[in-house]
Formats: sequence, C-alpha cells, structure tokens
Amino acid sequence: MTNEQLIDHLSKAYPDTVAKQGNQYLEITVPKELLHTFMLNIKSDPNLAFDYLFCESGVDYPAFIQVVYHLESTKHKHYLVVKANTENRETPVLDTVADIWPTAEFHEDEIFDLLGINFNNHPHLRRLFLDDTWGFPLRKDFHDDIHVVER
Amino acid sequence: MAEIIEKFITTDQIKTDEYLVNMGPQHPSTHGVLRLLVKLEGEIVHNVEPHVGYIHSGIEKMTESLTYPQIPHLTDRMDYLSAHMNNEAVCLCVENALQVEVPERVKYIRTIFDELQRLASHQLWWCASGMDLGALTAFFYGLRDREDILDIFEETCGARLTLNYTVPGGVMFDIHPNFQRKVKAFITKFKKILPEYDKLLTGNIIFQNRTKGVGILSKEDAIAFGVTGPTGRASGFSCDVRKHHPYSAYPYIKFDEKVGTDGDCFMRWKLRMDEMWESLHIIEQLIDNIPEGEIALKMKGVVKLPEGEFYQRVETARGELGVYIVSDGKKNPYRVKFRSPGFSNLFAINHIAKNWKIADLVAIMATFDLVIPDIDR
Repeated sequence: MTNEQLIDHLSKAYPDTVAKQGNQYLEITVPKELLHTFMLNIKSDPNLAFDYLFCESGVDYPAFIQVVYHLESTKHKHYLVVKANTENRETPVLDTVADIWPTAEFHEDEIFDLLGINFNNHPHLRRLFLDDTWGFPLRKDFHDDIHVVER
Repeated sequence: MAEIIEKFITTDQIKTDEYLVNMGPQHPSTHGVLRLLVKLEGEIVHNVEPHVGYIHSGIEKMTESLTYPQIPHLTDRMDYLSAHMNNEAVCLCVENALQVEVPERVKYIRTIFDELQRLASHQLWWCASGMDLGALTAFFYGLRDREDILDIFEETCGARLTLNYTVPGGVMFDIHPNFQRKVKAFITKFKKILPEYDKLLTGNIIFQNRTKGVGILSKEDAIAFGVTGPTGRASGFSCDVRKHHPYSAYPYIKFDEKVGTDGDCFMRWKLRMDEMWESLHIIEQLIDNIPEGEIALKMKGVVKLPEGEFYQRVETARGELGVYIVSDGKKNPYRVKFRSPGFSNLFAINHIAKNWKIADLVAIMATFDLVIPDIDR
C-alpha cells in the first residue's frame, strides 16, 4: 500500500488515532489503551501484515514519555511508525507487544532499564544493562552524583 | 554396544537433575564479555538466558551532549569490526536530515571501504569460529590475510581498527596514491586464498557433521526475532539493506543478494563465504571508476539539524544497523538510538539452542558472529 492508502485504511478502522506523514515514514499516534489491540490487528490484517519490528525506542519528552515502534511489512514493503505516549512520570506503564513480535521482549527490557517504563504482561521484565543502584539514565531529569562529574 | 547405550539412555538410570551453568563472562567462545546462564540436563540445553551489559558504555546517553560531527567518533567503538559502516550510518543520517548530497567521489570511496571492512570482518569471523569449533589452524590464516586489509586502511587514514574516516559531508582525507594499486593486488591475492578457506574447513567432514542440520532458524522466526544480516538471510529472510534501501554507491553497481534456505549453522557459514566473493566482485566494479572531484562538502562550522525525526538503515557485516535521531533544532541531538544488529540477533539464541547439546550451542554462537560491544553499546 502507498502511504495515502495506509492513512485512509487506518483512519477508517481507528478513528481515535492520528496519522501524519513524517520525514521518511508514516507516523501514527495511538492512545495507550488501544495499543495492544491496534498492534495485534496491524500484524494479523493480511492487507497490512506488519511482521517485522525493526526498531523500538523510548524517548523522554517534556510532557510525556514516548515509545516508538518502527514497523515494516516484508510482504507488502510498506512502513509504519507507531507511537504511544504515557504522561505518568512516576510509574509509566504501557502494554507489551512481546507476544506479537518476540524481538520486542528485549527491546522493552532495554527501555525499562534506561527509561523506566513498565510493560504490562511482559514475560520477564528485568534490567538489561545496569543494576538496581542506577536510576533511569535516558530520562532528561537524570542526575547521578557518583558517576557523572559536571564542569 | 549401541543397543546397550540406547537402553541406558531410554531408561531413567542416567537421568540427572536440571542444573544451571554460567557460560562466560570470560569464555573464549563468547568473543567478549557475554554471560549465558544455561539450564542443562546432562549436556542437553534446556534454556539459555543471555546476561549482557558488562561493557555497557552509555553511548546513547553520551551522544546527547555531543555535536553531530563528534558523534561518529563514538560509533566505531560499538561494533569495532564494522567501524566504517557505523560511522557511515550516522553521517548518512545527518546528511539526509540536512538534505545535502555528498560528491560522487565520496560515495565510491565509502562503498569501497564498506566492502573492505566487510571482508576484514568476515575473515575474522571465519578464523575465530573455526577456532570455536576446534580448528585452530584457521585462526592463523584468517588473521594473516586480514592484515593486508588493515594495512590498506592504515595507509589511507592512519587507523587500523577504529577508522573515523567518514565525517558528515564527506571523508577526512583523500585516498592514498597507492590505494587503488594495493586494493587490486589484494583482490588478486585473496581470490586465490578463498578457495583454500573452503578446502580447509567447508569441505571437512568433521566440520560438516558439527554444523549441518544444527541450530535451525526458520524464516518466520528470523523475521519475528528481527534477525538480520547473513544470519537472517541464511534462513531465507531477504533483508539486505544494500539491496532494499541502497545508499552511497550501491545503486550504481550490480550484485546479488545471497539468500539461503536451510537456516542451519552450515548455511550461515556458506552464506558468509559467498558474501566474501560478492564483496570482491563489488570492489572490482568500483575501484577503477572512482570519479575525480571534491572529497568533502563545505559544511557549516556548527551543524544543526532541522526539528524532527530521522532514521537511517545501513548494512553492516552483522546485519541491519539503524540510527534514529530525534532533533529539536539545536546543535546536540535530543535523543539518539542505535538499533544494533547484534542485539536482535543474540536474543534469538534461546529459541534455537533449545534441546541441542552444549557443544552445538558453541557452534550456533560461532555462526551468529556476535560482537559484544555492539550488543551492549
């Protein structure tokens, strides 16, 4: 599908989502309550068939923390960037997509480790790189008096 | 005799309890500081849990306080065997964001360096994984031939491993006057050596018994786990970024994307051997046709990216490297994420190694070509 057809298809099926053309890929913001059903559907829908999650990253914006999923369909050769936001900075929670794409399990471990986002129903959420004495380094309000020297 | 052994194995007489063994962090076949927590029954692997982070260096965090021309210098510490491709990935991402096009000469030089780097990486993979499987001789041959490529690198840019040759907008220096002659001499020499590699290991019956049919990864699983590079292609997943999203001089040349079918250790091995031939073929097409011209664009003193998000995919020796830059219009990036190929590849191991013997786990890891700083970043 071309990006226009994708926008058309998605906005009809999911009126709550906001789709726009980004610099390279089509970007769509999904409410976090809808995230898991949306992801499940775009993978199983034969017209979309997004079967390859090639990147999953977390970004800390001033107003919310965002998880960005880069998706590709190896069959149709189209791309989609899905974004989900969570405003709660104390205990941010999103639904896991590890049951849809197994690779997400470890990307989500990494996001939990570095940004502190908890994932619902994740099979084995653990800190991947750092130990528990660290905070969440990729948060913008991260201060570490022990390991970081500020000039 | 065989019947007696069979009888013992099928009855519960030699059944043992499950136990946990740490493989690594200091283990020769993990090629770095990787710890695998292996759950064993006898020597049958039941579960593998990779523990990473021993050399986590926080590159993504560091980049947030660096300027765009500084960032490439950190990236060759990630996957040190594909240093040039890592540099190029960041540079391409910055160039695409600024919507500038580098001179043709730069594209050709970068692509030749890419392929030389891929050859050097595959040579090291070949010799080291030969060693993992118990063939020590291979190690010396591989390192001997890799030396030629590193000498070529050294002559042009002064470094052998962490090249830092590519900068946003071009390359740092022009190629050395000897460069073309030496690369051509290397190709002639290496074309004679590659069949020797095959003679030494690929045709060896012991080697084939250790790898054929071992550790099979299906195409669907390769896609689901995001396994890319030669490892993913051996399973039939056509994922060559050079072919699907061509960059630098790859659109100008003819080459085949090697895709396997079996997805076992032998196929992964065979595929990398075929890729070495393909790399030689690519360099041959480019080396005599490097156009004259500038070696770098005139960039502003302070490089500022427009606001927005930029993603660049590059094929390294291990698979697909993604650079995701979120910019807020300042001279430093707001957030940089490296989607490293080794990270996704590593975590497919648990799925593959189940119910194989512990010696097969070593064979699987050898053919996955893991580089630990690439995983830990």
